[in-house]
Amino acid sequence: MVPLTWYLIVAAALFCIGTFGALARRNAVGVLMGVELMLNAVNINLVAFWRYINVGQMTGQLFAIFVITVAAAEAAVGLALIIAIYRQRRTVNVEEIDTMKG
Amino acid sequence: MQQVMFIVISAVTLISGALVVTTRSLFRSALWLVLAFFGIAGLFVLLNAEFLAVAQILIYVGAISILIIFAIMLSRGVMDPETRRFNDQWGVVAGFTAVLLVLLVAILTRVQWPLAAGAVPADAIQRLGADFVGPYVIPFEVASVLLVAAMIGAIIIAREREN
Repeated sequence: MVPLTWYLIVAAALFCIGTFGALARRNAVGVLMGVELMLNAVNINLVAFWRYINVGQMTGQLFAIFVITVAAAEAAVGLALIIAIYRQRRTVNVEEIDTMKG
Repeated sequence: MQQVMFIVISAVTLISGALVVTTRSLFRSALWLVLAFFGIAGLFVLLNAEFLAVAQILIYVGAISILIIFAIMLSRGVMDPETRRFNDQWGVVAGFTAVLLVLLVAILTRVQWPLAAGAVPADAIQRLGADFVGPYVIPFEVASVLLVAAMIGAIIIAREREN
């Protein structure tokens, strides 16, 4: 069986890739894709801990399903916001969307 | 055998994840995102979480990536291929995430996890369902309210205003 640490390292690498995408992308849709990768990395961790530490209780999978639910809600609202912003300002570049900047 | 499968699947996942954040064309990076989601579903199968793997494919590959591709196509006009991918702080961000990765790996390889190896219960999916309507019924209902609120909110936010 694959050691638990391998799963955790893969999830950490995926989380860091997602963080990079969320912070460095200029396009708002690209930022959202980075956030999705981060949430998926968290799910890998939850399921790996369920399998290796507490396989009798389903808590790990339950939490992963809740994370998927919240990610779906986040994606729907985020993409609706992007489309609304695009309609008003003709751009989805996060550097140009700075109305709330102090 | 399982190790080989794990290495192949995680290599596919990580490489397509890296391409998601670095590909210049946003449409192509959405397609790489689909491959990354498939790889994560494969990791779930390796972890004996088959229900979650199917849910992953249904929700992420089936719904969220289609939503992302729609958003890319609806805001496509501004995306000429010559435009820059990253903002000005990408160098700092790359350094930060590299340091974060090194730190996380250093911590993860040192911790002694309280491993409790055991077989997956045969009625795992039944238990999952029983937990959802048993001890976790309140979070379950809250999640359904959240989904309805997100659906209504998305419709209202993205609606065309007549003025």
